[in-house]
Amino acid sequence: MPNYRIHKTEYIDETKRVSFKYDGKTYFGYDGDTLASALLANGIHLVGRSFKYHRPRGIVSCGAEEPNAICQIGSKKDLTEPNVRATELELYEGLEASSQNCWPNVKFDIGGINNFISPLIPAGFYYKTFMWPKSFWKKVYEPLIRLSAGLGKSPTEPDPDIYDHKYVHYDVLVIGGGVSGIIAAKMAAKNNLKTLLVDDKKILGGSTIYQNNESIKIDDKLSSEWLKNEIQEIKKLSNLTIKTRTSIAAYHGYNFLLAKENLTDHLPEEKKKNKIRQRLWKIRAKKVVIATGSIERPLVFNNNDRPGILLSNSINKYLDYYGVTCGENIILFTNNDSAYETSISLHKKGIKNIIVDLRKSASSELIKQAESLGIKIYFNHVVTNTFGYRKINSLEIMKLSEDGNTTIGDKIKLSCDCLGMSGGWTPMVHMHTQSGGKLDFRDKDQVFLPKENSQDQISVGSCNGDFDLENIIDKTVNKINKFLDIDNQDYQETNIICSKENDKRNIWLLPNKIPLGKTKCFIDFQNDSTAKDIKLALKEGFRSIEHVKRYTTTGMATDQGKLSNMHALGIIADTAGVKMGTLGTTTFRPPFTPLTFGTLVGRNVGKFFEVVRKTSMHEWHVENNAEFENVGQWKRPWYYAKNGENMHDAVQRESKAARDSAGILDASTLGKIDIQGTDASEFLNRVYTNAWSKLAIGKCRYGLMLNEDGMVYDDGVTTRISENHFLMTTTTGGAANVLSKLEDYLQTEWPELDVYLTSVTDHYSTASICGPNSKKILNKLFPNLDLSDENFPHMSFKEDKLENINCRIMRISFTGELSYEINIESKYGNSLWKMCIEAGKEFNLTPYGTETMHLLRAEKGFIIVGQDTDGTMTPSDLQMDWIVSKKKYDFIGKRSLYRSDTIREDRKQLVGLLTDDPKEILEEGAQIVSDIKSKPIDMLGHVTSSYFSPNLNKSIALAVVRSGKTMKGQKLIIPMENKNINVTVSDTIFLDKENKRLNA
Amino acid sequence: MFLINCPFCGERDQSEFSSGGEAHIVRPKQPTELSDDEWAEYLFMRKNIKGIQFERWNHVHGCRKWFNVVRDTSNDKILSVYKMGEKPPVNYK
Ligand SMILES: [Zn+2]
Repeated sequence: MPNYRIHKTEYIDETKRVSFKYDGKTYFGYDGDTLASALLANGIHLVGRSFKYHRPRGIVSCGAEEPNAICQIGSKKDLTEPNVRATELELYEGLEASSQNCWPNVKFDIGGINNFISPLIPAGFYYKTFMWPKSFWKKVYEPLIRLSAGLGKSPTEPDPDIYDHKYVHYDVLVIGGGVSGIIAAKMAAKNNLKTLLVDDKKILGGSTIYQNNESIKIDDKLSSEWLKNEIQEIKKLSNLTIKTRTSIAAYHGYNFLLAKENLTDHLPEEKKKNKIRQRLWKIRAKKVVIATGSIERPLVFNNNDRPGILLSNSINKYLDYYGVTCGENIILFTNNDSAYETSISLHKKGIKNIIVDLRKSASSELIKQAESLGIKIYFNHVVTNTFGYRKINSLEIMKLSEDGNTTIGDKIKLSCDCLGMSGGWTPMVHMHTQSGGKLDFRDKDQVFLPKENSQDQISVGSCNGDFDLENIIDKTVNKINKFLDIDNQDYQETNIICSKENDKRNIWLLPNKIPLGKTKCFIDFQNDSTAKDIKLALKEGFRSIEHVKRYTTTGMATDQGKLSNMHALGIIADTAGVKMGTLGTTTFRPPFTPLTFGTLVGRNVGKFFEVVRKTSMHEWHVENNAEFENVGQWKRPWYYAKNGENMHDAVQRESKAARDSAGILDASTLGKIDIQGTDASEFLNRVYTNAWSKLAIGKCRYGLMLNEDGMVYDDGVTTRISENHFLMTTTTGGAANVLSKLEDYLQTEWPELDVYLTSVTDHYSTASICGPNSKKILNKLFPNLDLSDENFPHMSFKEDKLENINCRIMRISFTGELSYEINIESKYGNSLWKMCIEAGKEFNLTPYGTETMHLLRAEKGFIIVGQDTDGTMTPSDLQMDWIVSKKKYDFIGKRSLYRSDTIREDRKQLVGLLTDDPKEILEEGAQIVSDIKSKPIDMLGHVTSSYFSPNLNKSIALAVVRSGKTMKGQKLIIPMENKNINVTVSDTIFLDKENKRLNA
Repeated sequence: MFLINCPFCGERDQSEFSSGGEAHIVRPKQPTELSDDEWAEYLFMRKNIKGIQFERWNHVHGCRKWFNVVRDTSNDKILSVYKMGEKPPVNYK
């Protein structure tokens, strides 16, 4: 096996050999490697296939910008993870990774054929071709694209890992631990500011930490040595927290930032166990220093995507940090000085290399150094083509014309096994723009730089466009002193020597004799879009960068165009003949690099996903086979399955028992609001549609609450406990909103009212007993209470003691039966329930759930707000005009009840429906029509509630139907998938219209 | 994610608050006297300003008090907070 690890470095621990699997084969690396560096050490460049053309692709970079080396990690159904960048993944014992985009395998694949038919796959190909015929999309195109696109596999089982969230507050947050970030953090922390420094890498130091060029020195030391010393210094600062392996994902308003800390991704399997895998930091910082650095640009020329073509600085890092050379015969193609550092480093390690430079000449210290080492430099030359299928083996260069628009002279063919490219540097302004900051364009080196800040933040270092070390350090120190309003003198005497770049030449799309249509000049490696695609989009009329981006999919992949956006912009500007600065940029959206769902969700999974509210009687329900229904956060018994009953049978049994003898319901979840104050009855007058002033003490009344738009909002029974004391009940789901709404009116519209509201939903538990035998059961529980209709009539309230505990008893009914609701302090709820059950035994007292409750009330035509209403129903639409006071001067929503729209006759109105076949049960939500022949079919309304009534022995339904009030007796049709159901419009009350049962 | 300075509790995270739309829309004292158009003006018409906007906020997961906020919607900066019933600061008109 080849070994490209050619020297020892302090970052690679060669005493710790690590074995890992890549595409099923076992390899070795060392502690300190990334997957990418270990692969390169094993001579592996080819790591995937391109998205559209399935061209072989290799590792391009050494960081977050990597477009090609995207892996699937692990193979377990619950732990596999797609879209992991090999350049960021730290190697660990037992790592299993596979290349993602290469079905059926990386070395040969069917999609490779696309490479030869590529003239047929221009920009917008997917939009243009796969749109037609429509039926092909689902059956042919999509499966094919999905299969060959290789977007990775999601885990198919729940993630067993643990994730965590943490909130922190700092005076200063520094993003990025390179030279400028380290200086900023030190200055802040030494000035007594509580400071957090985050960096996404394993160690601090950025690209300076492995710098070893003699021409770049600080205080007479190699810059890397100087920086190591600084890092030692800052580690001693008690005010400074340093978090490595931590990347900022998003920068929101008010200096609120999200960071992802990787805690175990670098550990072997057995050491990951029972540990938090990733932690999401929610950071509030008074001030933020952005020191995120810059990334190197590729160059756009024909066949610039072959394996073995990397960014020049990445070749340098693999060499000086990981001890790995990317080749043995390397060519560096550049338009700036930084490739010379790489070249000199390679030369020092004995790696043969030559330089192809776009510039006509250059004269900095670095260039003189390279020249004096005898490194061959082709100035004013351009790479026009590369060769080699699975890896580059040679290339052609040509001379550039004076204006740089064409090539001249003869082709020179050079052999190589690796090509480094450097198109200059792009400042990472993502954080600045995410924070709301604007950008300026600097023509000199064609970079976008941070401009206006809308938040308290600053950019320093190369993300601010300062590229040489002297500039970086001087400017950082000055800016930080000003930004933090301090006077730090630590760097006053620092002596920096570095090479200064004097010459620039930028050409976004490099010239070629071959017509553009026949070249493959890649811009976006991950989404496989080329210079030709951009030009085609412009030709077809696209102008806005946002449109060109979407049409060509440039910058739309998981790398978000970190390497491609600038070139796309540059080519658009050049083609359209406009200045690049005027084009604007695409929006940099969070997250900066992909986040796992686990990190975002944190601990809120499984039973912590949402708060669960249980009544004090919950245990009994569980013991008695209740199936539960979620109502808001509440768990409510839905039905109690007896002896293996299904839901239908249970509900039929429960419903019948409640009307034949007695039923009991846990009604504890209904919202309860305690209302007190001298203006309490006036307040109720204003919030309900009916009148409340005359409600006697000890009496109950049903109320309907509207929004100001006149639509029904909530309903419930309110009891007058004393002159200035009421107890309001609301729907279970509406409780919180009703309280908020009432508080809103009290605080903002009617602050003069003397009214106090307290939610007591959780304070009382409620058992509701109904049925002809309910009075007998009550009598057993409360033998001293006079239950006669004279003393305790329907819609009234009494207090009595159960044992020694006070109970509030209301004789109210939601089923149409004689019915009592017993309220007791919640801690006694379970005892109350059990005593009721015990007392009711001889009367076959049957516990029933929400489904039976719904059925029983539907028999009586009582509405459920939220089921029979949907925020567009007025009281009149519900045929409930009786509850709207004509006398009251005002109440919430009153004025809206006679707006031109609310008095329309043809509004949807609540009606009853009876099926012609009494056994046929309608589907809730089903559409209602009168004529199925005329097309389009006129929809009249829909079914809101539907049940089979065991007490009437037929199917009943409630529905909202256009002009329904006038349609009683009319035949309508409910068209279903395989049949039409005939129904007749009926009254909404199906049972006991005379309310005889209430006083049974 | 805003930091909102509740006039009763002090600075808190936005997640503790709920927004209640435009401020200083007074419910008409005599709704029945209003024409459909006048009522609709109260009921439906809201400004959507790019720039300085007066809003109602409720410290719903805190003291549950409603109060007013002056916010620049172009950069989300909160310029002032004041209690219900207090006059809006004149310098932002
Ligand atoms: Zn508060």
